[in-house]
Amino acid sequence: MSESFDVIVIGSGPGGYVCAIRCAQLGMKTAIVERENLGGICLNWGCIPTKALLRSSEIWHLVHRLNEFGFSASDLKFDLAKIVERSRKVAGQLSNGVRTLMRKNKITVIDGSAKLTGKKGIAVTKDGKTSAYDAKNLVLATGARAREFKGLEADGKLIWTYRHAMLPKAFPRSLLVVGSGAIGIEFASFYRTLGVEVTVVELLDRILPVEDEEVSAFADKAFRKQGMTIRTATTVEKLTKSDNSVTAVLKAKDGSTSTITVDRVIVAVGIVGNVEDIGLEQAGIRVERTHVVVNEWCETGVAGIFAIGDLVGPPWLAHKAMHEGVIVAERIAGVTGVHPLDTSNIPGCTYCWPQVASIGLTEARAKELGRKIKVGKFPAIGNGKAIALGEAEGFVKTVFDTETGELLGAHMIGAEVTELIQGFSIARALEATEADLQHVVFPHPTLSEMMHESVLAADGRPLHI
Amino acid sequence: MPPDILMPALSPTMEEGKLAKWHVKEGDTVKPGDILAEIETDKATMEYEAVDEGKIGKLLVPEGTEGVKVNSPIARLITENGNDTGAQAAKPGPRPAPPPPDQTAKSAPAPSQAKPASAPPSKPAVKSGNGASAQDAEARVFASPLAKRIAEGKGIDLSRISGSGPRGRIIKADVEAAIAAGAPEKQAAEARSTRPAAALPVSEAPSAAPAGLALPDATRFYQDGEFEAVPNDSMRKSIARRLTSAKALVPHYYLTIECDIGALLQARARLNERSPKADGAYKLSVNDFVVKAAAQALIKHPEVNASWTDAAILRHKHADIGIAVDLNPGLITPILFHAETKGLIELSGEMKNLAERARAKKLKPQEYEGGSFAISNLGMFGIREFTAIINPPHSAILAIGSAEERAVVRDGKITAASMMSVTMSCDHRVIDGAVGARFLQTLRAYLEEPAAMLL
Repeated sequence: MSESFDVIVIGSGPGGYVCAIRCAQLGMKTAIVERENLGGICLNWGCIPTKALLRSSEIWHLVHRLNEFGFSASDLKFDLAKIVERSRKVAGQLSNGVRTLMRKNKITVIDGSAKLTGKKGIAVTKDGKTSAYDAKNLVLATGARAREFKGLEADGKLIWTYRHAMLPKAFPRSLLVVGSGAIGIEFASFYRTLGVEVTVVELLDRILPVEDEEVSAFADKAFRKQGMTIRTATTVEKLTKSDNSVTAVLKAKDGSTSTITVDRVIVAVGIVGNVEDIGLEQAGIRVERTHVVVNEWCETGVAGIFAIGDLVGPPWLAHKAMHEGVIVAERIAGVTGVHPLDTSNIPGCTYCWPQVASIGLTEARAKELGRKIKVGKFPAIGNGKAIALGEAEGFVKTVFDTETGELLGAHMIGAEVTELIQGFSIARALEATEADLQHVVFPHPTLSEMMHESVLAADGRPLHI
Repeated sequence: MPPDILMPALSPTMEEGKLAKWHVKEGDTVKPGDILAEIETDKATMEYEAVDEGKIGKLLVPEGTEGVKVNSPIARLITENGNDTGAQAAKPGPRPAPPPPDQTAKSAPAPSQAKPASAPPSKPAVKSGNGASAQDAEARVFASPLAKRIAEGKGIDLSRISGSGPRGRIIKADVEAAIAAGAPEKQAAEARSTRPAAALPVSEAPSAAPAGLALPDATRFYQDGEFEAVPNDSMRKSIARRLTSAKALVPHYYLTIECDIGALLQARARLNERSPKADGAYKLSVNDFVVKAAAQALIKHPEVNASWTDAAILRHKHADIGIAVDLNPGLITPILFHAETKGLIELSGEMKNLAERARAKKLKPQEYEGGSFAISNLGMFGIREFTAIINPPHSAILAIGSAEERAVVRDGKITAASMMSVTMSCDHRVIDGAVGARFLQTLRAYLEEPAAMLL
C-alpha cells in the first residue's frame, strides 16, 4: 500500500520547500519530492551562488580602489577556482540548511522524479525503482529552466547557460551575453568586473527592459563606462563554433549585420517551465506556453492540485514562489483572511554593479494606464552616506498617483538598493501614501534617506538638492 | 429619553440570567470600564462593564432578581449630552478573542480612563451580543491610509465597509469594491446613523435588509470541523449585498416568451461562413444576436431602457447592455456601451475582449459600472429557462435559456423547431406589464427574423 500524506509538494525550490514548511506548521502531514538538490535552482544554481560570485567581483572592484581609501597593495591576483569553490560552498551550505529545515518540520523528503498517476497519487522514480504515494493535495513546484533558442543551443563548452556560466573552468578573454534581463546582466557584470571583454546583445531597444526607462539608461551609461559593449535592438543571427571560439553574426534593427568573435557565449533569453514528464496532460491540467495555467489562488482547475512559482509564469522570482507557497498551504488548511498575491507588490532586484531594484509601475506604464502621476527623483550625489562610501552613483525614483497619493512604483539604481527596496514594498503592502512616507523618520546618515528625499521630491520639496 | 442599560447575553444560547449584584447605585457617575453589576448564569458569574460615560439614573431591576431576560432594560443611564446611545450603554465584561489592546482602548470614548476587561481564565468566553455589534459600528475604523484617501475623495463612508485586510483592516480593494457596488455615500450614511441605534442593520451583515429581518448565522447550526469555511472575498460580499438589496427593494415580476430562432441560426451560419480566415476573423454567437436585438428593441422602447429614481424615471439615450460573465467563482457584468450603434462583429469582438479581461480581473470600474439593461445567458449549461435578479440601476434583465429543438404546433401539426426561452425580469415601478410585453414582442420579432432589425 502506498504511503499517504495530506500534502505532497513536487519540487524543493524556494516555492516548494517554503510551501512544505508552512503546510507542516499548519499541522498537515507533508512530503516533498526532489529529483536533484534540495533548494532547487535558486539555492544551487541561481540566486544564491551567483550572489557569492558577485560578492567576489565586488571585492575585486574595491581592491582596485584601495588607493582612494588610503591603502596600497601590489601584485593583486584572483584565483578563479577559489571564487567558484566559494560559490559552491555557499550553495552547499544552504542546501544542507533546507534539509535541516525539512527534518525540523518533520517533512518527508522523497528523492526522485515524480509523476502524477491520478488526482491524488504520484509515482516517484529513483534509479529505475518506482514507489507510489498519495496525497489529499498536490502542489506542483517544478520550476523552470533556461529557454533554448534555435541556433543558440548551449553545449556547455563554448555556448553556456547560467548553469555553465557559474562554473567556469578557465577564464574567457571575451564573452557575448545574449539577453539583458537580470540573469544576463548579472553575469555580464560579474565577468566584466573581473576583466573579461563583455558584449551584451539585447533584442529590445534598451537593456533591463522591464525596468523604468531612466534606470535602463543610467545602467547602460554605467556599464559602458566600465568598458562593456552594449548592442540594443540587435539579434544574434547565427553562431559559428570554432575549436575554442564562437563567431556571431549580429543583426541590428536597421538590417545591418556585423560579426564578432568571442571565446564564450552566455544565452540568457528567458526561461521555460518544467512541464514535461510529470503527467500534467493526463491529469487534465492546462499548460499554455510551457506554463501551468492557474487562477489567483494557484489552483489548476483539478481539485486538490495546485501549482506555484516559475512553473506558473512570471515574474520568475524566488520570493514570488515562496509567497505563493504560503498562500497555497494556508488555503489548503482553511486559514481565513488569506489574500491572493498582488503581483504589483513584488519587488525585483538585479545584483549587477551598480545594483538595480524596483517595485510596481514604471513611469511610462503608469502613464499608459492613464494615471495622473507625480514623479520624485533624488540622485545619490545628494546623499552623505553614498559619498562617504564612495558610491555616489545612482538615484531613487518614485511614482505617485496625484489624486490618491498611492505609491504606484519605485525604481532605484546604485549601491545596496537591493537592500533598500523593501522599504517601498512595505509602503505598498500597507498602502501608505506619499503623505505618510513624508512623515517617516529615516536614519541619518544612511542610503535610505534617498528614498525619503525622492518622496519629498515628488511634491517638489526635497531638502538636499 | 435616557438610554437603557440592557441585560447582556453572556453566551450565544443564554436567554435569561440572574442579576446577582449591583456595583453602582442611583446617581453614581460611571465611566467606560467601570463594573456595573455581576450577572450570573447556571455556569458562571461575570462582571458587566460600562461602555459609555454617564450617570446612573434608575436601577430598574433589583439585586438578586432571577430570570432577567436578555436585552431587557436593567438600568437607565443619563449621558452628559443626553445623547441616545441606546443599547450601547454597556457590554459584558470578558470577551472572546480580545482585540489588540490598543483597539480595545481606543474603541472606548475615554481612552485615558478605560481599561480593557480582564477575563479570568476559568470563566467561559462570551460572544458579543447585538449591543456589542452595534457598538462596533461607531468604534474607530481601521483602514489603510490609501483606503482612507480614496474613500474621502469619493465621499464613501468607511464605517459601512467591511475590511478584508489583516484583522479586518479596510484596504484599497475593499473601498474600490464598495464603490463598484454602489457604496452608500457619507451623507446618506450619516442620515441613517441619526436614527436610533436599534434600527441600524448589524454592521457585519452584508445585506440591506431592515433590522429584524436578519437571518440567523448559519454557523450556529453546525459543529466545528463538519464544514469548511470559505471566507467571503470582496466580490462575494458585493454580490451578496447588491443582490439582496435588489431582490428586497425592487418589485420584480417576470415575463417569458418562446422564440423560434431557426432563421437566426441559419443567418448566423451564413455569416460565420463569410468570416475571413486570418485577419478580421470572427465567430458570431447566438448571444451576439440577442445583444443586437435587445439593443434595437431598447431604442424602440425607451420606457424599458430606464432607471428609477424617487423624483423621476431616467430614460437612457443609449442601450448600454451589461452581460453577466461567469468568473467561477464569482461573476461580473461588463457593459457593451452604445450597443445600438454597433454591428454584430464589433459586439462580438468587444464581448470577447471584455470577458477575457474580466476573467483576468483586468476590467476598469467604468467598464462594469452603470449600464441601462442586462442579459444573463445560461443556455450553454443546458438551462431551458430561468429568472434573473435585476441589477439596479437597471430596470430589467433578460434571462436567456438554451436553444434547442422542441416539438411545436404549427397549423395544427406537430413539427420540430429551434426554440429558445427568454424571460425578462421587470421593475414594476418603471415597467408596467403591458410595456414589458410590448418590448418582448419587438425582441421576439427581431430574434425570429433578424433581417427585421434592418427595417
